[in-house]
Amino acid sequence: MSEQTQSTFFFQYKQIARDGLWDNNTIFAQMLGLCPLLAVSNSVINALGLGIATTLVLILSNMSVSLIRNIVRPEIRLPVFVVIIASVVTTIELIMHAWFHELYLVLGIFIPLIVTNCAIIARAEAFASKNTIGRSAFDGLMMGLGFTLVLLILGAMREVIGVGTLFANAHIMFGDGMQWLTIEVFSDYEGFLLAILPPGAFIGLAFILATRNFYMQKRKQKKPIKQAMITEAKHC
Amino acid sequence: MFLAQSSPFLKPGLSVAKMMRAVILLMIPGIVTAIYVFGYGILVNIILSIIFALSFETSILYLRNRPIKTYLSDSSALLTAIIIGVALPPLAPWWLTFIGVLFAIVIAKQLYGGLGYNTFNPAMVAYAILLISFPAQMTTYWQTPTMLLSQVDGATLSLLESINFQLFGQLPANVSIDSLTSASPLGIVRTAISSGAATIAEIDAQGNAFGMLGGIGTEWVNMAFLVGGLVMLRKGLISWHIPVSLLATLGFLSLLFGSFELDSNPSPLFHLFSGATMLGAFFIATDPVTASTTPKGRIFYGAGIGALIYIIRTWGGYPDAIAFSVLIMNMCAPLLDYYTQPRVYGHGLDDHQEQ
Repeated sequence: MSEQTQSTFFFQYKQIARDGLWDNNTIFAQMLGLCPLLAVSNSVINALGLGIATTLVLILSNMSVSLIRNIVRPEIRLPVFVVIIASVVTTIELIMHAWFHELYLVLGIFIPLIVTNCAIIARAEAFASKNTIGRSAFDGLMMGLGFTLVLLILGAMREVIGVGTLFANAHIMFGDGMQWLTIEVFSDYEGFLLAILPPGAFIGLAFILATRNFYMQKRKQKKPIKQAMITEAKHC
Repeated sequence: MFLAQSSPFLKPGLSVAKMMRAVILLMIPGIVTAIYVFGYGILVNIILSIIFALSFETSILYLRNRPIKTYLSDSSALLTAIIIGVALPPLAPWWLTFIGVLFAIVIAKQLYGGLGYNTFNPAMVAYAILLISFPAQMTTYWQTPTMLLSQVDGATLSLLESINFQLFGQLPANVSIDSLTSASPLGIVRTAISSGAATIAEIDAQGNAFGMLGGIGTEWVNMAFLVGGLVMLRKGLISWHIPVSLLATLGFLSLLFGSFELDSNPSPLFHLFSGATMLGAFFIATDPVTASTTPKGRIFYGAGIGALIYIIRTWGGYPDAIAFSVLIMNMCAPLLDYYTQPRVYGHGLDDHQEQ
């Protein structure tokens, strides 16, 4: 591998990571998969559980779609993607049923409903069906991490404001040995029910998106000046 | 000398600030009665909520780079604060007022664009959010009405004791929160009827829910707000459409259903003179920003609120329903405005829809 190809290789992966985590984040930019995000983000542990499950599904489905991308005829690609995603989700569901039974009970219907998360079929169609298996897997990982990140932020916000704890019920995910993870942020907290109820999810998400848009706008206002300076410097 | 002025000789209309101040002035009889009936807690609530509201309004106007003095002097934040102060339970701790005013001024009003742009009535957003989030405080911290004190052997707080409790949570010795509070008349009737424990006549015999006209205690507050509201109508501060259609619908529905089952339905007068009916009909539902603006639309708007109040009070999950009814009809107001635009002179009936 020459130096040139190696640098484009890293550049491509860096770009995929940037896309997944920030620029093209499923929630921030694409606004996909909002239903599970709003429904399950009422505590950090729930958010983490669903986030990891979705990430796994994304990686596996992206890899499988990428594997068969040259075999499947374009006319039937969507049904094939759906079948692949459905089988992956079923597998994950069975795994969680077996090893994380309590978490499975808490997340309930939202595990099988990962199938309907538009972000997954969107990545299969927009990325995995056009890229190599390595890049597709990496894209799945990054998209999943981006989704998990937003879930965690919203989950932490709602849990702290709503009941005043963080990582409550940590044992249903990490086992009984990890009970110490639970943090009581405010002791003797009355609880702010709205944050736990569905409206809290909408209001919280709106605030997260507003903060991101505010930040992006600020950066946009700064950027042109910087670029103008760079081009000027090049001309010298 | 003659003034060099030509026709038309119109009187300048009321400015927003003047109108808001007039409404606040006309709320005073109701507020004073409420303080007499429910104790000094109401006064503490109002003062706290005014302080919070003005400071939130100032800071968010600063953040939004808007002229602070211009917008602050329109007194709309003041009116919102006073409505929140009256609506909250008299023994509400300070943080309840704080959270309510935060949601009202920052989220429901300023984040939607400030006065004139808000879809929802800020004070009612605050009340609904508090009722959903803190049901215990919002429903049980109602001080026993003065008229009932001797009957239930209850206690009351002086102004200083009230401040001490609401700001620092300290009650004077040998007074407990239970001896201070009692269920509201609407609450008593609701629980008794829905659990089938007592009929209307039996509740009446207990003498802790029904006054002369409506709920004991609250009837006087309602009466005072009715007087203030009628003066507002007389002065032309509000049009008659919303309060009249609201009260008429509420009265008609309670008459209609009440006449079939006298045992389980309180009289129409009880519905009209309990809870926050008059405050809602004259001071809250008539908010010029969030209400419908066409005459016909206002009639539907008021009627909708009246019907929802009856529905939620009778079959819903909460004893009183002004906040939820007003918020639901706030959502309908743009639609009502669209379908009830008055005919422009010279145009056909359906002209505005073809545009």
